[in-house]
Amino acid sequence: MYSYTDFDEAFVRSRVAQFSQQVERRIDGSLTEDEFKPLRLMNGLYLQLHAYMLRVAIPYGTINPHQMRQLAMIAETWDRGYGHFTTRQNIQFNWPKLPDVPAILSALADVEMHAIQTSGNCVRNVTADHFAGAAADEIEDPRPIAELLRQWSTDHPEFQFLPRKFKIAVTGSPNDRAVTKAHDIGLRMVRNGAGEPGFEVIVGGGLGRTPMIGRVVREFLPKAELLPYVEAILSVYNQLGRRDNKYKARIKILVHETGLDEITALIEQRFAEILPVWGGQNDALLAQIEAAFAPPAFREAATDGYDAFYNADPVFRSWADTNLAAHRHPDYAIVTISLKAHGATPGDATADQMRTMADLAERYGHSELRISHEQNVILPHVHKSDLPAVHATLAQAGLATANVGLISDIIACPGMDYCALATARSIPVAQQIATRFDELKLEHEIGPLKIKISGCINACGHHHVGHIGILGLDRAGVENYQITLGGDGTETAVVGEKTGPGFAYDEIVPAIERLIGAYLKVRAEPEETFLETYRRLGLAPFKAALYEAEGQQDAA
Amino acid sequence: MSRPYIPKVVTANALLEGDVVYLTADDRWSRQHHEAELIEDEAHAQMRLLHAAAQKSVIVGAYLADAKRGPDGPEPTHFREEFRTRGPSNYFHGKQEEAAQ
Repeated sequence: MYSYTDFDEAFVRSRVAQFSQQVERRIDGSLTEDEFKPLRLMNGLYLQLHAYMLRVAIPYGTINPHQMRQLAMIAETWDRGYGHFTTRQNIQFNWPKLPDVPAILSALADVEMHAIQTSGNCVRNVTADHFAGAAADEIEDPRPIAELLRQWSTDHPEFQFLPRKFKIAVTGSPNDRAVTKAHDIGLRMVRNGAGEPGFEVIVGGGLGRTPMIGRVVREFLPKAELLPYVEAILSVYNQLGRRDNKYKARIKILVHETGLDEITALIEQRFAEILPVWGGQNDALLAQIEAAFAPPAFREAATDGYDAFYNADPVFRSWADTNLAAHRHPDYAIVTISLKAHGATPGDATADQMRTMADLAERYGHSELRISHEQNVILPHVHKSDLPAVHATLAQAGLATANVGLISDIIACPGMDYCALATARSIPVAQQIATRFDELKLEHEIGPLKIKISGCINACGHHHVGHIGILGLDRAGVENYQITLGGDGTETAVVGEKTGPGFAYDEIVPAIERLIGAYLKVRAEPEETFLETYRRLGLAPFKAALYEAEGQQDAA
Repeated sequence: MSRPYIPKVVTANALLEGDVVYLTADDRWSRQHHEAELIEDEAHAQMRLLHAAAQKSVIVGAYLADAKRGPDGPEPTHFREEFRTRGPSNYFHGKQEEAAQ
């Protein structure tokens, strides 16, 4: 995996030193909050409902065991013994104290990590397919490009004060696991007629108060031209983005208001200006980065032990059926470690659990870990013969929940339990849904289903692209939950449709139960997923289950 | 006739810990809502908010939050302010934990 160069190291260290002084000056009163706020946000430090929150970037979701152990150390030394993995492949610490933040940032720098550009109107952490470099369906590992983008965008002088924040996601697979169509820029690797890999460039996707699916501005972009092209997009956005209105400032609004043809022409025009003066320096850099992402030396060993164990142990089999994905090497598997034990907080891991995962990665996983936007942790390279041992260790750490992709594998933003922007809670709703369907012992029967919950309209919980989306709002001083159906965050991305009036806090779980009851009744066969059934039948049967059965029309 | 003024408390976060604090009638910052000064006059509320906002090396983000009179002192009226008096619902952290100690 990529290691910091001397430049990266010096840059991160000098930023820590700078911010340490800024914190000092804030505490001694030489800086006011108005002066300090933009500085702390540039370094990932928010002030939330009950405490400060530090958001640490995990570039393209890739992390090594050494780094994971350091996160555990930070959680224990300066926080409450746990960390929260987010939908942008970051980790958040919910209880740091202001005077401790410099020490935390310094501890992060010790393991080549930082919190730079995890907030503010700049290019944020570049996210990637969490199965990158391992997936069987992948054209090429997209992470070298993500790393190139990270280096290019970090402290880029032209793009530190964009009209609004800017999120880029990259995938190397036709099966989109990185929600590229809901990002400011989505990059999907494709091959051209000659079989060369390049990128389909998608611009103007986004969730939030105005959800939009991104539009393709370039069907095929050669890899070597990626950076100048992305710079051209940013440049057009930086100049024309709506700085007059915060709610219209994202690039999705610019794309929508300008129109696809015109925005494409503007980007191509700017690109034509940039490309000739770009020079070839990035090719050499990209080649170096690519070398750092060379696949591990896969082990050749028999897998019959795995087959025998799979057939003999039903608990292991259930876990293997839900939590494993196909690896590019036939003797390997991709392991998704669920951070969604029934009733637990989605995305939270204790320091002990972090160390367990680090140990497993080191012993069985070629020292690689990934964080998924679905708030789980991935061991991307595990030889099948090691899976029983991995499962046994996970089980002891409370990490062997066999629910990946099922109803209890819920994305939930921190909501009003932590977030200062939230309008309602989301974590307890996720906890209650997971607990309820575990009690009913229905989740395997229900099959693949993505529930995504946001505690406000900003949609950090991706509710718009949940098969079932839940949005928590404040309706006249009471928590109220709106349901959307049919959202999809993959290559067939679509924004979900609102069902109607929302439900009160104590009505939302029964409402979800009625929805699922309706699905089980109307699905054509057990293999037809919730999303397929919804696409076949539309809202009607679900609306009926939500509103007619219980006389809920007056709920909101 | 003008609508009656909804009583307020001045609240903020402590600069160093980020913990929720409330301005008391005797100019302290208390960690407990029921110790806050319940302000029932709009002009007085603005004065108290200005007084609070000036304490920039002690607190961050002072604002007026709706409150009501209760048997032990002011109580929050909105669920957000109620959560701020206690801490998150998924872990026993924050003020609820301190109160139990």
